Amino acid sequence: MQALLLFLILFPAAVAFLLLAAPKGRARQTVVSVSAAVIAAASIILAALVLGRGAPVYFAAGGHAVDLLIFAAELALGVIVTVISLRRKQYLAMALMLAGLIMTVVYEVWLANTVHAENNLFADNLSVVMTLIIGVIGSLIAFFALGYMEEYHRHHEDVPDRSNFFFFIVFAFLGAMNGLIFANNLVWLFFFWEVTTFCSFFLIGYGRDAVAVRNSFLALKLNLCGGLAFSAALFFLTLNAHTISLSELHDLPGGAVLLPVALLAFAGLTKSAQMPFSAWLLGAMVAPTPVSALLHSSTMVKAGVYLVIRLSPVFAYVDGGKTVGLFVALVGAVTFLLTSCMAISQNDAKRVLAYSTIANLGLIIVCAGIGNHKLAWAAVMLVIFHAIAKSLLFLSVGTAEHVIGSRRIESMDGLAGYLPRVAAGMVVGIAGMFLAPFGMLISKWATLEGLVDANPILTIFVAFGSAVTLMFWVKWLGKILIVKSAPENVETHVPRTQALTLAVLSVMTAGVCVLFPLISKYVLEPFIFETYRQIYWQDMNNIATLLIMMATVVVLTVPLVFPGKRERHFRPQYLAGANLAEKEKFHGAMGQDIQISLKSLYLQGIFGESRLFPLGVLSTLILIIIMLGVVV
Amino acid sequence: MDVTAATVIGILIYLAAAPVVGGLLAGADRVVSARMQGRYGPPLLQPFYDVLKLWQKENIVVNRQQKVYILGFFVFVVIAGCILFGGGDLLLAVFALTLASVFLIVAAYSTFSPYAHIGAEREMIQMVSYEPMVILTVVGMYMATGSFSSVDIARHDGMLFLHLPFIFLGFLFILTIKFRKSPFDISMSHHAHQEIVRGLTTEFSGRDLALIEIAHWYENVFLLGMVYLFFAPVPVVAVIVTLAAYFLEVFIDNNNARLKWQHALASSWAVTLVLGVSNVVLLAFR
Repeated sequence: MQALLLFLILFPAAVAFLLLAAPKGRARQTVVSVSAAVIAAASIILAALVLGRGAPVYFAAGGHAVDLLIFAAELALGVIVTVISLRRKQYLAMALMLAGLIMTVVYEVWLANTVHAENNLFADNLSVVMTLIIGVIGSLIAFFALGYMEEYHRHHEDVPDRSNFFFFIVFAFLGAMNGLIFANNLVWLFFFWEVTTFCSFFLIGYGRDAVAVRNSFLALKLNLCGGLAFSAALFFLTLNAHTISLSELHDLPGGAVLLPVALLAFAGLTKSAQMPFSAWLLGAMVAPTPVSALLHSSTMVKAGVYLVIRLSPVFAYVDGGKTVGLFVALVGAVTFLLTSCMAISQNDAKRVLAYSTIANLGLIIVCAGIGNHKLAWAAVMLVIFHAIAKSLLFLSVGTAEHVIGSRRIESMDGLAGYLPRVAAGMVVGIAGMFLAPFGMLISKWATLEGLVDANPILTIFVAFGSAVTLMFWVKWLGKILIVKSAPENVETHVPRTQALTLAVLSVMTAGVCVLFPLISKYVLEPFIFETYRQIYWQDMNNIATLLIMMATVVVLTVPLVFPGKRERHFRPQYLAGANLAEKEKFHGAMGQDIQISLKSLYLQGIFGESRLFPLGVLSTLILIIIMLGVVV
Repeated sequence: MDVTAATVIGILIYLAAAPVVGGLLAGADRVVSARMQGRYGPPLLQPFYDVLKLWQKENIVVNRQQKVYILGFFVFVVIAGCILFGGGDLLLAVFALTLASVFLIVAAYSTFSPYAHIGAEREMIQMVSYEPMVILTVVGMYMATGSFSSVDIARHDGMLFLHLPFIFLGFLFILTIKFRKSPFDISMSHHAHQEIVRGLTTEFSGRDLALIEIAHWYENVFLLGMVYLFFAPVPVVAVIVTLAAYFLEVFIDNNNARLKWQHALASSWAVTLVLGVSNVVLLAFR
């Protein structure tokens, strides 16, 4: 099993280097497709092995030589990024990077030999969930990118074609993510943590225009702040607690562990783009769509919440941990509410998705911050549902963008008519994101029920946040499902790799909804019991009700997809004027012919970014300062 | 699975009786409203005649899909009620009702009609307005009784109202929106003089419109069931309060003109923040 673990980390890295050399076209297609399949298969096999074992498995893996190698790699990468920052005259980024490097070197020279993790790697059911997300969804996104990147360069002729580098980074990213989730040694985890920061930096800056460069450095700077906090946590842990094992954190006395854990949580908040650090994820939208999908669903932000979920037993069980956890949860709660509100004011589909990602991560942070067994269940379920539905949504939007030339929601009127399959993907994704009885709603429900017991005040944030969530999804859903007269089907413009990926992800989104009781029983419940020593219990009546509701929706979609030929009395819509023979046009009161067009409400005055963003930054900053103040 | 006989009976009674009760209440509403306005008004059974007549009308549609969405609306309103009256999880019932509303909104959107579109957008604003209070109501009920199951809440010793007085008032407030009464009947109003064409339902006719009406009856009974829960231990009081709540809404309806959606949103959020949140906080620090 250890070999398989190492394979999942090293194989993507090796493929990455191969792709750097592989020529465009057939060779790259083969390498990407085959290795994506291999990674997915390997993660599924690992999942089966770990689940079959039923208990976490630890591996010594490595030794002094490996530690040195990791240190050297970290140093090399740090120097590269420093040089790039210098060349781009990004002095703040350079300073942050240098500070990080100095801390790493000092740690290595001064402390690294004083403490060793007995087991550098481990795998439990949460790792299984994560590796499946990375291995299956991440690989699918890489596969999707094959067709997409060619199109991308056809649409953006000003962008130099560096797609070799693009695929290099994507696969390196997957390897680093696997390293991050299997690492028990926090020094190793930190290395992979920083690698994901660098990967996202390179991917966001892919276009190399001014905006892309600026946003990539914004992401770098914010994430390096998290990196510094992580680094500081390593110092405190080594000095005060004499351990660097992730698995030992919750057994330590509060005095030794709370400060490092608060710092680690800080790092988790930066990486999962919580307020006040959200700006980097919004800026990341300039990158090609597969990057957004990757960052939002299977990598990067999930690394952030993963770490906070790992810390949740500390919040729940260590003396004084509850206070720290409460502030973490409050940051998540404020983020959830405000970013959900701001999503209403957005017209750019990718930006809506970005805000919704930040919001959902906020909800996960709320759960993990409180950290009791019920909320841990909800948090992991949220991670699963979000990863699948969100990647589906991003990739559908990216596909539609290439065909219709816009990703504004306002230009998606009647998408279901002329891009039925892409629209179906979007509808499935949207339903999975907020509608009962599907995906996210199941976990949101669990979140609410868990929060009432733990801290009812937090339910207020969830109540308001869920209400506004409804609005931005429903108006998008409505736009897609508008029925216009006789649209021309333009689906043939969608490349095969993309159509296939969307279909697979749609089926997966639906699949996890139906299978969630089983996922819970065989994957989550053992993990919850192992970590929290509490039994998570699903109410069978509720599950039955959910399944009945799902079945009802499925039955209802049949006549939507196959409308039948029954004769009906069709009349054009009422337009307060004489309808013209040409549909959706009317002869208006002023004597001219008018083509109707409908626009949605965006409520800028109420939910606009300029109003709410500063509010969110300020309030979460205060919360974080108090959190750090409490432990210091 | 433990589907008790009581659950089945509860659901069956709801399925059969809710449209009758809902229709009668709608009829009584019209009689009372007419009296308030100094008119003679229609007979008590008029809503049934209306629905019957609609059912026999020629069915005119803008597109093929709209009927399916409306059916979805109807089915999920009924399912929400089945969850409530079958002793299920209240949050789930609320979510089912939300899904129903989404179906209705999508139905209006699908017609690509400016008037239905405006209605649909306003319906969304209404959802954003009332949803927090509805969720906090359920949260409050859980905090008072320790259960989300409607049957456990109904059987709880002691009157919920005593623990949740502010939440009860807040719920009454958003009930005006849910009953589609003035001043918050902004997405579709039964007062023709203040509606833009016919709002959300502009493009629906015949059986579809009849189905929406019946769904509305089911929904009203569902909501009154929620009101009942506040006073469940003393059924006589509960029934009286439930009816009083309904006629309070009728009274409000007849004494107000429609407000702008901004007011609906602002006032219901303010009420939720003041009444709902304060009650939750009181329960939390009890």
